[in-house]
Amino acid sequence: MIKFSKEQLKIPKLMRPVYLVTAGESEFRRAFPEKRTEELCVDALTMAAELIDMSPAELKSYIHTCYYGHFADHFGDQLLGESVIHDRLGLDPLGNVGVKTGGATGGSTLWEAVKTVASGYSDCALALGWERMDEVPTDEGNHLISCAADKDWETPLGHIYTGYYAVMAQRYWKIFGKSEDSFRRTMAEIAVKNHGYACHNPFAQSPMKITVEDVLKSPVVAYPLRALDACLMSVGSACCIVADEKTAFKMCKKPLLVHIAAGSHTLRPADRRDMAIPLLPNESKNQYKDLTKKFPGSERYPGFSGFLAARMAAYYAYRMAGVVDPTTDLDLVELHDAFTISDIQTYEDIGIRPYGEGRDYVESGDCYLTNPHTGKPGKLPANLSGGLIGCMHAVGATGLMQVCEVALHLWNKHKEIHGDPKRWKSFGKTKPKDWKDLQVKGAKRGLAISHAGVGSHVTCTILEDPNHQLKKQRRAK
Amino acid sequence: MAKEASVKIVRERYKVNGEFSVITPNRPIFNEAKKLCGITNPRTMTYIHSYGGEAPFFEGISKGILRGTRCDNPKCESKGSIYLPFRIFCPDCLKKMKIVDLTKTAQKTAKIHTFMVCERSGAFNTLDKPIKFINIEFDGVCTILMSYLSAGEPEIGMRVAPIFRTKNPTYTITDLSWVPVGTPKSKLPKGFSF
Ligand SMILES: [Zn+2]
Repeated sequence: MIKFSKEQLKIPKLMRPVYLVTAGESEFRRAFPEKRTEELCVDALTMAAELIDMSPAELKSYIHTCYYGHFADHFGDQLLGESVIHDRLGLDPLGNVGVKTGGATGGSTLWEAVKTVASGYSDCALALGWERMDEVPTDEGNHLISCAADKDWETPLGHIYTGYYAVMAQRYWKIFGKSEDSFRRTMAEIAVKNHGYACHNPFAQSPMKITVEDVLKSPVVAYPLRALDACLMSVGSACCIVADEKTAFKMCKKPLLVHIAAGSHTLRPADRRDMAIPLLPNESKNQYKDLTKKFPGSERYPGFSGFLAARMAAYYAYRMAGVVDPTTDLDLVELHDAFTISDIQTYEDIGIRPYGEGRDYVESGDCYLTNPHTGKPGKLPANLSGGLIGCMHAVGATGLMQVCEVALHLWNKHKEIHGDPKRWKSFGKTKPKDWKDLQVKGAKRGLAISHAGVGSHVTCTILEDPNHQLKKQRRAK
Repeated sequence: MAKEASVKIVRERYKVNGEFSVITPNRPIFNEAKKLCGITNPRTMTYIHSYGGEAPFFEGISKGILRGTRCDNPKCESKGSIYLPFRIFCPDCLKKMKIVDLTKTAQKTAKIHTFMVCERSGAFNTLDKPIKFINIEFDGVCTILMSYLSAGEPEIGMRVAPIFRTKNPTYTITDLSWVPVGTPKSKLPKGFSF
């Protein structure tokens, strides 16, 4: 049994509030044969400048430290790729550093930038991420990704990361999903939803109008996971610019408060040891008393079915932001839907539903912009960008894209950014005739989960309209 | 054919022999309008890697022995915990752990915790497809080992027995595999024995 000390469970505290000033993203595609990485990074930074009516040069003049998220050096075959981008963005002589935490790289990059502003070292910092996953064919790409597993104990086993990851899905599927057809269909529903939402996002790589049956008929990758259950492999860039209060309000009209925390867990799932479930603010001490009665085989926590890193990131971040119940306190979320099933696992890790009941978030219709059962707004829309399944997974950029997309809702700019026919055209696309504005009306708070592979790193970012702070509201009551 | 890369250790230094990098010319990449867009960068390279303190594990499986480690530090709150994957140091007290032979424990108690049948593999894969990934729990061991099943179809809870590539071992984790308990010797893959 593994235990945590009081010191380790301390709720993180920023020395001063940090605000998201602006954010940007490039288009995302499986490959950009005619673009260098820096061209995509410039696109993202330029969009961030335009969002606050600045020129890129003006925006750059505020930046004091730079964090670059780029996971896989060996994909781009360039060590210190961060320095190349830093130079091409013309940000010398500022201090800069690369951040690498697998699939959570984007979130971790923002985590670093926020802390540097909170500490007072910088008043404004850049978090910019990208990934270049098109410079090797798929088989070689799978090998390179498998190098993020333990090279002696895992990589030689098939050189395929899916194998190390999907065993966890299998366990969840058998114990909590009870191998039910209905559960399988719920998983498929997530893919239908996320590919569907991607149709309204000009940046997205994989807009698709599909049905549950299409997902169930797609080729098996690793049973019960099928091709359409899986996230994309993408190329692209995204960025966030954060600042202290004074600087933020000088730079833009509506900066958003950022609360962010991180968690980790063993790189090899094999090393996981048992522990008591760390409880979130909306869970009670006896909450999981009969979990094993309801779900035989769920004795181990987190075992192979939960993500401790996600639980801990939420454990810290909810208390930093004053979130008690994510479903009522938040207006939208962007989750790391690497696979449909891991999306469900995450609902439980971050307390949208209790352990064992994740599927209900989808089945109730709460995860939709418009609840398909009631026709009313969904309680907590998820992955309106399309997520990793419909929009992109350009690893180092993913966590930043999520934060950018959440922020656009809080800024009430979904339509302006996603609905502009010129933007669609600039990406060589035509704005669909049935394009819909997915703006979450009156959104005040949103969350993004950035997650690495088998759950080795997870960050939880909460954005909040400073005029509607949960902590202040609770204090006033 | 160039001579295959090999390494010896002489007086605590690596002595290399053969070809460690293979030079292949790069080629241009043109788009459909015949405009230059990029180049290929071929690279074949052999790395030199030390198993360090984990070497007894990899040597063990090449000889039919499954080794784990145990923390015997009386002051450690996890004292007595047994680890497989083999860890050199206790994750709690960071004292060097004792190497223990888990071959019998595995033969008597190994059980599939979870599994995955994977139709795909990545470049450089040497296992037969589909790969039947299994994660194995053992009585008295606090972790769950990742490996692969070489016969039968995996099921959660299935009892399995370790098999070892003792003939022409590769000295990698692939030298350890598993079969359902009761599998006859004749059904083991080439080079493997119980
Ligand atoms: Zn110890």
